[in-house]
Amino acid sequence: MDVGAMGREAQKYVWEGAIPLQIHLHESEVTTLPHPSPALVLAPRMGYLPLLLPLLKPHFSSTLPPGVDTIWFEYKGLPLKWHIPTGVLFDLLCAEQERPWNLTVHFRGYPGNILTPCEGEDSVKWSFINSLKEAAYIVNGNCKNVMNMSQSDQVELWYSVLNGNMEAYQRVSSKLKLEKVGDQYVGKPNSNLLKSRTNTGETDTGGPVKTGRIPVRLYVWSVSKDFDDLEDAPQIDSWDQISYINRPVEIQREGKLRQMLHLT
Amino acid sequence: MDISSWDGTLSSSDFCLAAHAFTEKWKRINPVLPPWSWVPQAKITMVEGYLSLENMCILRSCEVQSYSHDVRYFDFHIVYSASYRVPVLYFRTYSSDGQPLLLEDIEKELPGKSTNVLMESKWTFITQEEHPYLNRPWYKLHPCGTSEWMKLLFLTDPSLGVSQGVPVELYLSSWISMVGQAVGLKVPLEMFNKRKE
Repeated sequence: MDVGAMGREAQKYVWEGAIPLQIHLHESEVTTLPHPSPALVLAPRMGYLPLLLPLLKPHFSSTLPPGVDTIWFEYKGLPLKWHIPTGVLFDLLCAEQERPWNLTVHFRGYPGNILTPCEGEDSVKWSFINSLKEAAYIVNGNCKNVMNMSQSDQVELWYSVLNGNMEAYQRVSSKLKLEKVGDQYVGKPNSNLLKSRTNTGETDTGGPVKTGRIPVRLYVWSVSKDFDDLEDAPQIDSWDQISYINRPVEIQREGKLRQMLHLT
Repeated sequence: MDISSWDGTLSSSDFCLAAHAFTEKWKRINPVLPPWSWVPQAKITMVEGYLSLENMCILRSCEVQSYSHDVRYFDFHIVYSASYRVPVLYFRTYSSDGQPLLLEDIEKELPGKSTNVLMESKWTFITQEEHPYLNRPWYKLHPCGTSEWMKLLFLTDPSLGVSQGVPVELYLSSWISMVGQAVGLKVPLEMFNKRKE
């Protein structure tokens, strides 16, 4: 299988991935007896938890206290960041993979001091498009292609994410030309900025160098003690235990991957 | 070195240089105001950081009363974006009793858009997003137009005297003169003075 085909195979594998979830309503929001049973949902890896609202609301609505719904999720007391894809959350937080993954859902009492506000599907869509713009900027040096998307393309793109439809997604995203890393972006070594007087002697070397940049977001969980089995892994009880690195990785034109991100 | 080929961005190491120059200059020129401080962040093996100015008190400019609810406090953080290669302003605002304030409450008091054509909404829109280091929601001034207006600023402002290229030390002073306007942070004119005393 050639590299291109392997890449497409890998993409398909990720798009079709899903996490079985067992979602329990937080007991403070249960107003009826008996307690409602947990909802069983197969959540796409390439999806976002708040988008499960249409599936969860009917299941729990009869028992919720009066009020406005502001859905949020937690895992073992840790409020989940809704803008992180479900698959990433699962891989990060569930060292010994639970199947199904047991989460708690809330429809009230949004922790606005910890989580950024989420007003339903629109917030998730905005966050997604924003990330897409950032990725476009990294690959192409500008986000014009995303900003200039037609209304119908935008709608189609978002629906393909909602429905986990890879073919539809690729139909629209191919117009954004985000695959051609290294062809379009011409980076300059350092910038054209003059260093301060104390730093003279450094000048731009030669002409522009063709480099490509790939958008990368890395979540790293740091542990301070060794453990033998994943089931002995300590629990993550705060996002402060996780380092978030949002930094593009550069590739040299000749195809050598020069890793700008050193992890050891 | 030709400024017309500059794209308005700066590298991560330039940002560190610019930040330290900016901090020094601010302290020198505004001894009365709270100082900016560099907050280092060790990310695995790479050391980065951001600039922080906290407990900055901004009074409503048109009122003379001294009621405590007229005083707004701001925390400003200037964080480098590796994706956009520009600084980004994060801020939060609260009243004197520590209660967080909503952007809507202060937006009506922010300077009008007529003051400067560069304050068009496409360049200065504010959203609530997660702080890159602190795992909390902060207000953020969106960075995607920054490189364009920084380039424009340096090309069109004769007082910046940039025929030889863009000096790193002036980047942040100039940048904050623009973004500061969007949030009511006034930057004294001496900050843009290129002469070294």
